[in-house]
Amino acid sequence: MISKRYAGLLGLAVVGTLALSSCAANEAPAASGNSAGSASTLSGNLTGAGSSAQGSAQEAWIAAFQTANSGVTIAYDPTGSGAGRETFIAGGSDWAGSDSALSDEELAGTFASCAPDSKAIDLPTYISPIAVIFNVEGVDQLNLDAATIASIFKGDITRWNDKAIAALNDGVNLPDTAITAVHRSDDSGTTKNFTDYLNKVAPEVWDQPAADPFPYKTGEGAQGTSGVVDAVTNGTGTIGYADASKAGDLGIAKVKVGDEFVAFTPEAAAAVVEESPLVEGRGANDIAVALDRTTTDPSHYPLVLVSYSIVCETYADPAQAELVKSYIGYITSADGQSEAASSAGAAPLSADLASRVATALESVS
Amino acid sequence: MTAVAQQGSGITAGRLPRFSAAVLLIFSWLVMAGLFLILLAAGTMDEFSVVGTIFFGSVLYAVLIFAISSLVEGSRKAKDRLATALVTAAFTLALLPLISLVWTTVSSGIGRFDPQFFSFSMRNIVGEGGGALHAIVGTLIVTGLATLMSVPIGLFTALYLTEYGRGHLARAITFLIDVMTGIPSIVAGLFAYALFSLLFNDPGIRFGFGGAVALSVLMIPVVVRSSEEMLKLVPNELREASYALGVPKWLTIVKVVLPTSIAGIITGVMLSISRVIGETAPLLLIAGFATSMNYDPFRERMMTLPVFVYTQYSNPGTDVGAYLDRAWAGALTLIVIVMALNLVARLIAKFFAPKIAR
Amino acid sequence: MTASTASAPAAKQRPGDRIFSGITLAAGSLILVVLAAVAVFLVAESLPALDAGPDDTKGADNFWTYVGPLVFGTLWAAALALVMALPVAIGIALFISHYAPRRVAQLLGYIIDLLAAVPSVVFGLWGIKVLAPSVQPFYTWLSENLGWFPLFAAPVSGTGRTILTVAVVLAVMILPIITALCREVFLQTPRLHEEAALALGATRWEMIRTAVLPFGRPGIISAAMLGLGRALGETMAVAMVLSPSVVISFVLLQSTNPTTIPANIALNFPEASGKFLSVLIATGLILFVISFAVNAVARIVINRRKAFSGAN
Repeated sequence: MISKRYAGLLGLAVVGTLALSSCAANEAPAASGNSAGSASTLSGNLTGAGSSAQGSAQEAWIAAFQTANSGVTIAYDPTGSGAGRETFIAGGSDWAGSDSALSDEELAGTFASCAPDSKAIDLPTYISPIAVIFNVEGVDQLNLDAATIASIFKGDITRWNDKAIAALNDGVNLPDTAITAVHRSDDSGTTKNFTDYLNKVAPEVWDQPAADPFPYKTGEGAQGTSGVVDAVTNGTGTIGYADASKAGDLGIAKVKVGDEFVAFTPEAAAAVVEESPLVEGRGANDIAVALDRTTTDPSHYPLVLVSYSIVCETYADPAQAELVKSYIGYITSADGQSEAASSAGAAPLSADLASRVATALESVS
Repeated sequence: MTAVAQQGSGITAGRLPRFSAAVLLIFSWLVMAGLFLILLAAGTMDEFSVVGTIFFGSVLYAVLIFAISSLVEGSRKAKDRLATALVTAAFTLALLPLISLVWTTVSSGIGRFDPQFFSFSMRNIVGEGGGALHAIVGTLIVTGLATLMSVPIGLFTALYLTEYGRGHLARAITFLIDVMTGIPSIVAGLFAYALFSLLFNDPGIRFGFGGAVALSVLMIPVVVRSSEEMLKLVPNELREASYALGVPKWLTIVKVVLPTSIAGIITGVMLSISRVIGETAPLLLIAGFATSMNYDPFRERMMTLPVFVYTQYSNPGTDVGAYLDRAWAGALTLIVIVMALNLVARLIAKFFAPKIAR
Repeated sequence: MTASTASAPAAKQRPGDRIFSGITLAAGSLILVVLAAVAVFLVAESLPALDAGPDDTKGADNFWTYVGPLVFGTLWAAALALVMALPVAIGIALFISHYAPRRVAQLLGYIIDLLAAVPSVVFGLWGIKVLAPSVQPFYTWLSENLGWFPLFAAPVSGTGRTILTVAVVLAVMILPIITALCREVFLQTPRLHEEAALALGATRWEMIRTAVLPFGRPGIISAAMLGLGRALGETMAVAMVLSPSVVISFVLLQSTNPTTIPANIALNFPEASGKFLSVLIATGLILFVISFAVNAVARIVINRRKAFSGAN
């Protein structure tokens, strides 16, 4: 008799499981869409891995690309730039997203996904300005220069009414509260670009070279861009750095470029990337940018992160080459860039740079 | 002081009236509320704090009751009253986080606790909308597999310990199982990762079955302990009666011992499921995270509910609010599942328990 | 069947019995195999970490200088949590076992157990969204008024995401296990001891102090150890709440806090590769050894006490 009662329970559990295991409503097979309108004949699987900074942009790109080409399934694994390059070199993915271009040693080696003797190239596909965000009661506007930012994040300046800050902000009533400087606790391309900027512009204060982990053991650490934004928002007297798109309603400091204080704009961010020289000694189609951090042109915003898509020059499998070309082509198109701008807050590539990337992409086979 | 104590040497003399403690407590709270209101009016404080009022009111009560009682009743009685106040305070103190946590989860999670949440995955979803179906299914698959592995191993181990095991091996197993209950969950995850990445020679390995293995490591000791307790409760008379009828030992176990204790064993299994179903860390390491449905635990990453909550919180897109709402809804779902498991387990224990003591 | 038993009344091993007992023995031994496998595979995967250099350990000279602060942070956070949780847990256990009316005592026990049922990721979410912002003003006050006390030294963190907050969350999480064990021990106090104390005119508190607590002391100690073990391994709550750095520091209210081994693994593992992965697994191995030791000691204390109370 007891076993009958258990059978009832078990039955209930089974029915419940079945009800749940039905397909997700948004994942219904898109057979109708495929046969009806979509002009796309592309099909296959594409896997990429790498930069987590590109993560939310990739999410949006993949969603849009898969909707337009229902035969294609793309997976992007935001494992981090270093792991992404390693996976790509070992042949575990079709392309890599990376916040830094391939190093010379990596270029000297072989690439398992590519045709024998073929090398990989760097294509800048994602530009994001980095904003210095702050949350100080009674302060809406803040002007800072690189040396002051460096001192704050290094822990040399500890109070908001410090002379160095006051000197840059005439007429702003700075409170006598402690500064909590929030940095990324995980390895990140954002930190690398932020510290690169400080190291290039204010080397006498920021004596550590650019690196993924935050170099000093001071200040408050937070996980991910959202962690930093969260900490700055909920704290008092906080300052941090984050991808500009995530800054929300927080105060954003103007950064001194040349003799002026510049607020970030997507255009200013794209401009500095376009006018920066390329890294020397690379192949004709490799567009690795050596960012000009020390620019004095006030129409530039040098505190910017450039993230690359790393692809093969020649793929071992021509079908994969076709897929990569059309997907990366979509990413760098005006559509793709505006998609990233609206859903991830990226700064669109300038038209000139986009056409250079398109030309380079043409050579991929 | 001693004079006062001696003065109250009669049996009823020197005692506070019965309800004086309760009256004093309410009085202390009111005083504190008044004090806070004055501070508020004076502008020293920004807002009225209920928690602060109750906290400082209770502190005031503890001081007052100790002082008054030591004057009227003597120091021994005063200490007793102080201890009562402290012990009760400890209990209330523990309720604060529970209430706050449940309240926050329910009020923040109820917004997205809608049909879409249970019928959508996160594939092709950016910003608002979407759901956790892929995570719920993943959790069911991973936990189900873990249960399938843990229950036979755990139950047979418990049988070994109660029915067969003697000597050093049994003692060693008992001891190690006790120690195993304390293995940090993340170590179980690392173990599963180390095991499968070596087996398949893939340093980036992530799949659902690995998560099930990690959860089993956490679940087996719990199953063994609870089943063992239940098997021990089966009276020896039942076993002996069965042997006397010539039934072999293994049949006695299958036909007599297990049916007698089955309710308790099922309760234990359900409680152990409720313990591992909320585990995040091991699944983060070995099952990974994904946005699409995946029914195959042996291939590709598999999303689970706790990891869903974590990733929604830690990797939001531009529209942070939508991601956070999903995280809270996921947290609410998790709590509901765990509470339901607990409740059902206790009900089974209550209604199906063998009526041994007639 | 019956004939064979009749002819050989001395317990004869039937095939069924042999198979069945074989299965149970195999299952029991499997436990040992699993524990051994945990150790073996962790060791195998963490061997490359031993010669890790600064490139693989985020700037630490070698593996040991990297893991040192992490071990410190793990122990420090767990110890703080224990200091907060133990008195409260004893209070709750006493309340349930000796103060609350019998009828509701069990219900109150369930309520405390509910705390144990809340998944750790939910505790993390609550800690970062509710607890940290609400304790920050209190931390500022503490630092301004008691800043001379080294633990509360300024500058206070502007976000409340400090090790003290983490310890509070951990304390809440380990309350149920300590309470449950203490409650069990307190209830086992021989009735005669308690009644004898009361008959001699002791107040309830004096009865508890002279009869219940001395009897329960070994139980309290082992409960504390088990709670400590739980706190050592707690991952998500720490990972989500703490502002982490790899430093050794005792201060409670500042932004720079020592992080714990499990939180460090959880945060870095998804993006780790190569030798750093081995380093992380090696830190996990060290955590395994520490928690194994703590739990083993706790169990030995409990078991010894069991033998003692059995003799009573």
